Amino acid sequence: MNKLKFLLVFILLLVNNSLQAYSSNPEEFINELVNDAISKLSDKNLTDDQKSKFIKNLALKNVDINALGLYTLGELRKSSDKDIILKYQQSFEKYFLKSLTSRLTDYSSSKFEIIGADKKSANYTIISSKIIPENGDPQIKIDWRIYTKNPEKPLIRDLIVEGLSLARTQKEEFASILSSNNNEIEILIAKLEEFVDK
Amino acid sequence: MNRKKIISIIGCLVLTVFVSGGLKATEECFEGFSRSVFKFNMAFDDILIEPIAKGYNKLPNPIKSGTGNFTSNVATLLSIPNSLLQGNFKQFGHSTGSVIINTTVGLLGFFNPAEKLGLKPHKEDVGQTLATYGVGTGCYFVLPILGPTTVRDSVGLIADSFVDPFAHVTIRENELFGISGNNLDYFSVKSTDAVDFRSDNILNFDSLEKNSIDLYSSFKSIYLQDRENKINNSDDDGDDWGNFDN
Repeated sequence: MNKLKFLLVFILLLVNNSLQAYSSNPEEFINELVNDAISKLSDKNLTDDQKSKFIKNLALKNVDINALGLYTLGELRKSSDKDIILKYQQSFEKYFLKSLTSRLTDYSSSKFEIIGADKKSANYTIISSKIIPENGDPQIKIDWRIYTKNPEKPLIRDLIVEGLSLARTQKEEFASILSSNNNEIEILIAKLEEFVDK
Repeated sequence: MNRKKIISIIGCLVLTVFVSGGLKATEECFEGFSRSVFKFNMAFDDILIEPIAKGYNKLPNPIKSGTGNFTSNVATLLSIPNSLLQGNFKQFGHSTGSVIINTTVGLLGFFNPAEKLGLKPHKEDVGQTLATYGVGTGCYFVLPILGPTTVRDSVGLIADSFVDPFAHVTIRENELFGISGNNLDYFSVKSTDAVDFRSDNILNFDSLEKNSIDLYSSFKSIYLQDRENKINNSDDDGDDWGNFDN
């Protein structure tokens, strides 16, 4: 019985370790998270499926996907029906996780360095970093917008790659789809679902 | 430059002020046509530019970086008059110093010793200069081969060829400090610059293409954000999130 207890505790520790909580300090949070992601994505012993599951868990715990979904919807988030917003957020989460997995896999063979931190307000800190591709390609400057309203649990809200905000790009992409479809969120949802099923 | 040319440039600039004043960059000039041109540009990229950029990426790193430095040094020439026109004397110093040092010590710009001395010139063009004078962006459209632009930036692009010292000695067939060239020199350097840029962004383009549900709008957003950053000489994305709290 004691052996069984030990085994259960061991398994729990193992599971907990694979989904570890990162530091609450925004700078350390990003450093730990990205280095963890790079090491997992470049681990040749892990299958693509395992890597994909790891990224999804990582994003679900550390990215403010709900806020990002609402932000990318623009002003429509204020005037639309709650049920349709909920449906949109569910589709957006699936879309986001799929596109994030694809994007991170693209940049996995790189080194990562934190350059500095800039506390913009009580709610936001910008962490500056750079990605150094190992194949000699130019360095990529990435700023991370960290939501720090709960100082114990920082969350990523945006990535600004070489000055270009991914959240803003996404918002403007969705705005274009919505404006050419009479602001019907259902059509945007259909496009997101189409991307997920691709 | 003869009188007719000066009048036509001033005419263009005045027209830009009027046309661009009432329109935001997010507004399209003629979206349907721009989307068709965008499709053509993407096909052109698939068939010609991307394969050349991939081939270019296979060159040894010193050759690639030397070529990138050379085209970047030539492009910095355009920043000299524009920094001056913007009244940005610090940037004027950085651009002028960088071109002089890299062209001489850096062996015609193939090396970049100016960067090691702390000279970091920003890329400045007439579109940016017009923006600092308060000229609005005007509406957005896509040009064949040249890609995304706005009314202000397209007028700026034409004016660039009159302000740029490199264009002055090549396509305008003038002589400056005993240096002269021809059309071929101009278009060779500009094409190489485009290939160098494309080769640096193979991964970024592929990732964007794979993950966009409306690629045209993604490119538009990226172009407009990039221009804003260049005009403000800053990577700060503003604070669009500032009041967003839920």
